[in-house]
Amino acid sequence: MFRLLSAPEPAAGPVTITVDGAACAGLPGETVASLLLRLGHLAVRTSPASGQARGPYCLMGACYECLVEIDGRPGRQACMTEVAEGMRVRRGVP
Amino acid sequence: MTHATIVIGGGLVGMAVANGLADAGHEVVVLDEGDDAFRASIGNAGLAWVQGKGRGAPAYAAWTRLSADLWPEFAESLRAETGIDIEFSKPGGFDLCIGDADAEIRSRKVEALQRQPGGGNGVVMVDRNFVKERVPDIGERVVAASWCPEDGYLNPLLLLRALHRRAADRGVSYRPGVRAERIAPAGGGIRVDARDGTTFVGAAIVIAAGLGNAELCRQVGLNVPVRPVRGQIVVTARQPIFLRHPTSTIRQTAVGSVMFGNSEEEAGFEPVTTGGILARHAERALLEFPRLADAAVVRAWAALRIMTPDGRPVYDRSPTLPNVFVATCHSGVTLAAVHARVLGPALGRGEIPPQCAAFASARFDVPAALGT
Ligand SMILES: Cc1cc2nc3c(=O)[nH]c(=O)nc-3n(C[C@H](O)[C@H](O)[C@H](O)COP(=O)(O)OP(=O)(O)OC[C@H]3O[C@@H](n4cnc5c(N)ncnc54)[C@H](O)[C@@H]3O)c2cc1C
Ligand code: FES
Repeated sequence: MFRLLSAPEPAAGPVTITVDGAACAGLPGETVASLLLRLGHLAVRTSPASGQARGPYCLMGACYECLVEIDGRPGRQACMTEVAEGMRVRRGVP
Repeated sequence: MTHATIVIGGGLVGMAVANGLADAGHEVVVLDEGDDAFRASIGNAGLAWVQGKGRGAPAYAAWTRLSADLWPEFAESLRAETGIDIEFSKPGGFDLCIGDADAEIRSRKVEALQRQPGGGNGVVMVDRNFVKERVPDIGERVVAASWCPEDGYLNPLLLLRALHRRAADRGVSYRPGVRAERIAPAGGGIRVDARDGTTFVGAAIVIAAGLGNAELCRQVGLNVPVRPVRGQIVVTARQPIFLRHPTSTIRQTAVGSVMFGNSEEEAGFEPVTTGGILARHAERALLEFPRLADAAVVRAWAALRIMTPDGRPVYDRSPTLPNVFVATCHSGVTLAAVHARVLGPALGRGEIPPQCAAFASARFDVPAALGT
């Protein structure tokens, strides 16, 4: 559904991060939300009120739909966080 | 010559009145300054709040109650007519007392309301157990509360949108980006000159411009000294639903966000948040619901209330231009139903509703108020 518009800079090596324990290659400078969407993870959590699936929506820090656990801290905005080497991301944590 | 009624201000008060005027068959034009104006209607807490309103002012208590009585049907008709569910609910609300001294002061206020003509709209003191049965997560220091079955809440942004959509469906012409600067007689009608040089002529005018009311009213011989009173609100990340009854300071929205804070500051035209007030709001919220200690705060904002000297509404007509009216109040969410269903149609007939006689602006005029 989501794909890169251009090939990544060859000089910049991939950033290794884990999503739900699985190793993935992030691109330097992209956000966690961008990576999750590229991987096809449209839903990253469920609404605590209704139980419905939710995922990154505004991609600019306003809607708080993209919350994931990052390096053990819950409730981080995936769209406002850049990928970093060794980062651990978990979906579905309220 | 036009027969239109011009409403100045497209916030909750102006749009509720515009709907009522349109329902009564009037051609309506709404002039609205724009998104950079001060707009309480997009910064409020969304409570349709009855308890405590009108202590020492039975007419205000009765007017608030009338709105609460009209709300269920009005919210349902907004949904049916616009497709917008404003998330209205009237489950009854609490004003929690932290400690015995707080409870003591509150019960005296509640007694005063119960004793006045017309009573207190059903407000009663209840003990901790009564609260805990309905809201199990209250903090240890909550000893009692005042409870009113008429209290409710809604999503104020969806309410504003629904009022706009319903008005548009009824042919109301909405003109954003138009700041009214001058009101003057023009032939058989009344002229409104806007900042951008445009002019509108109407048969009647309703001034509902929030904090803009003081200046516009002065031009038509009305003394309506509204001033800004700042409020700050904190919003948490969405939580599982735990709070089904609003308190006077906290409510949980349909999507699970918790909104809290009810500060009142005299801070001029400065709608900015301050660390001290936000911290105080958080402390109070934790006393009411300790479980919020784990909730992340996702945003906070400040907005300006439109306050009259006695906190009660003003509905009046100009002594110099009799077809010019003013409508303003401190609780434009709570009163939106009665504004749309009763006030708007009455203004369309050229009348102030009879039950609003006490809300004339002459009460702010010192010699008149003293009877000299
Ligand atoms: C923090 C806070 C919490 C609140 N909580 C509640 C609550 O829980 N329950 C409740 O009932 N009420 C609450 N209120 C109050 C409620 O929000 C207001 O009573 C209501 O929004 C007032 O609506 P209004 O249309 O009079 O004013 P506004 O929303 O300020 O709208 C005035 C409009 O007039 C326009 N305007 C101004 N001057 C001109 C001009 N010269 N020409 C053309 N247009 C002009 C502006 O563009 C604006 O759109 C709260 C307010 C605040 C600040
Ligand atoms: S996608 Fe809206 S806040 Fe992250």
